[in-house]
Amino acid sequence: MTTSARETVFASIRRALGVTGAEATRRAAVAERLREHPRGVIPARGQLPAAERVKLFVRMVEAANGSAEILKSSDEVPAAIAALLRRHNLPMQVRRGDDPRLAALPWDKERQLEVTTGASDGRQLVSVSHAFGGVAETGTLVMTSGTDNPTTLNFLPDTHVVVLRAKDVAGDYETVWARVRDAFGTDALPRSINLITGPSRSADIAQILILGAHGPRRLHVLVVDEADG
Amino acid sequence: MAFAAHLTAPAFKANAKEALTDAQLQSALHGIETGIVDRRRATVAKLPEFDALRDCARAIKNHTLAHLDLYLEQFEAKCRAAGGHVHYAVTAEEARAQVLEICRSANARLVTKGKSMIGEEIAINDFLEQNGITPVETDLGEYLVQIRHELPSHIIMPAVHLTKEQIEADFRRVHTHLAPERNLAEHQTLLTEARVILRDRFLSADVGITGANFLIAETGTSIIVTNEGNGDLTQTLPRVHIVLASIEKVVPTLEDVSQLLRVLARSATAQEMSVYTTFSTGPRRAGDPDGPNEYHVIILDNGRTAMLGGQFREMLRCIRCGACMNHCPVYAAVGGHTYGWVYPGPMGAVLTPSIVGIENARDLPNASTFCGRCEEVCPVRIPLPNLMRHWREREFERHLSPATVRSGLAIWAYLAKRPQLYAVAMSLFVLGLGLIGKLFPRFRWLPLATGWTRYRDFPASQLQTFQAQWKRRVRTQ
Repeated sequence: MTTSARETVFASIRRALGVTGAEATRRAAVAERLREHPRGVIPARGQLPAAERVKLFVRMVEAANGSAEILKSSDEVPAAIAALLRRHNLPMQVRRGDDPRLAALPWDKERQLEVTTGASDGRQLVSVSHAFGGVAETGTLVMTSGTDNPTTLNFLPDTHVVVLRAKDVAGDYETVWARVRDAFGTDALPRSINLITGPSRSADIAQILILGAHGPRRLHVLVVDEADG
Repeated sequence: MAFAAHLTAPAFKANAKEALTDAQLQSALHGIETGIVDRRRATVAKLPEFDALRDCARAIKNHTLAHLDLYLEQFEAKCRAAGGHVHYAVTAEEARAQVLEICRSANARLVTKGKSMIGEEIAINDFLEQNGITPVETDLGEYLVQIRHELPSHIIMPAVHLTKEQIEADFRRVHTHLAPERNLAEHQTLLTEARVILRDRFLSADVGITGANFLIAETGTSIIVTNEGNGDLTQTLPRVHIVLASIEKVVPTLEDVSQLLRVLARSATAQEMSVYTTFSTGPRRAGDPDGPNEYHVIILDNGRTAMLGGQFREMLRCIRCGACMNHCPVYAAVGGHTYGWVYPGPMGAVLTPSIVGIENARDLPNASTFCGRCEEVCPVRIPLPNLMRHWREREFERHLSPATVRSGLAIWAYLAKRPQLYAVAMSLFVLGLGLIGKLFPRFRWLPLATGWTRYRDFPASQLQTFQAQWKRRVRTQ
């Protein structure tokens, strides 16, 4: 049944377009677009030198109701997380994935902070992820799924803390796609790539915007700006 | 003709009459023009490249539609290579059967749903329920219309027709396991109640069904765009993820989709970017700690290939942002349910007749003042008024318009084709109205114009036709 529906749909499309599907020029046009994947219009807003780009990123995260701080070293991450939890009266427990960049952090400096690893089952209040990249244009985080950074950590906990290297902050989405192609190829993107811009929200009740609809109520980004990356 | 559940489009006029006198609806609709329209304008103003992006978005869609068969082939190959299943459905019935089959083979009892207009189009919830499977909408707006057994009244804000008080009453009616005396006065408490109830559903669902804002041919990826995060929980937690898409959702590359995303959120919700834009490719990978074990994409036609080959191809560029309805004076007056099916507003006035037949939706393309605001704000520059005009022509050609309209048009056409006779007839008519008008400066009733005079007076004429006045003005110069 599925095969015949497929044939019907393709035959209808080709009849509508007046083509057979075998035309070499059409196939060449499609192959070229996929091969070249041309960039369209890139807003000037994000096309800035590195330091200003990171500042724009932070500004845009804040404009989207998130918060962000810039750290001079990844060694400062555990302390920054502990301070965030204290600031908001949250229990000193976080859940993170197996990302080696997170595993290498000096967690033991924060004795009170209990760190567990793995996916979320909905019972964790605070999660820590490492972003693949950021986009300054809109203050958007780019998260890739996998053992290193389980997707559930992006959505189930109430507070989501994301660590991002300053050198991974791009001006635009297109620059991140180039990195994605380098890292994964286009034959096997990660199961999920989540672009995240601020915490979860809804305006479905009488058009009043409220944060924390189904996903995190709070999104905090730690931008690590180390000279050697 | 295609089966269309909950179709009341044939009763558009009666629906409109009811909507105009519905005080709660009118109060709920009030926020659209004062809120989203201004916010969109402000957000668009912050991006100097917005119009250039619209041109680019239009070109991407046109290119894709012209090569649709090839991009679908590419999508299918890439999706399968990533371990996904691709199904095609010619009709809504076929799509429903495919969803049911997948749910049955997963032994599903509970299905969570992200917001999907294709899901509404094929009325999947009713069908699953009839087959013993419980569907739960998880987008807050969709959840609200589901517990009210309604259709969404807007493609982006499904419950925009409801006031806070109505929502509170519905929660008390449906969430009977909670204390009846609980306080639900605040927006926040209502949201929290829904969050807690739906959180439990997310974690216990067997299958998650989402729509797709886009499909990417280059990578075999489906994309959903949400603000709540409900779609992501829907597709991450259950064992099986089903994507409901339609043929025109495909775009070539990651770069192309980025152009479209830049105009989508700004047009839809006046955001620079929606909170969650999620790219899904295949099922969970070996070693992945979360994600579904099965990933299915159902690609629906349901009348779209007919649009592709005809006058309505441009409508297939639509990215479902809802800007056209936000800016429509008719939508703002009567709300989405008046349009009588899944797609309201100007885009619905073009799309609904294509799917359910013009004989079932003949009033929709007429429910427009042709003010042109919809076309002005459309992120992919669809000439909506022109497409509505095509439907009006077809309606006339197929003798679907009422006899009064047809004879009125025939008389007018007879006169309009004879300019001298037209001038004489109009002068007499205007003179007559003017003379009577000396007695009554405003008419409270006029024959053949009760549709006007029922709501407002008709001013008396100035004794001369516009053409006569114009001629005199030119001479005196």
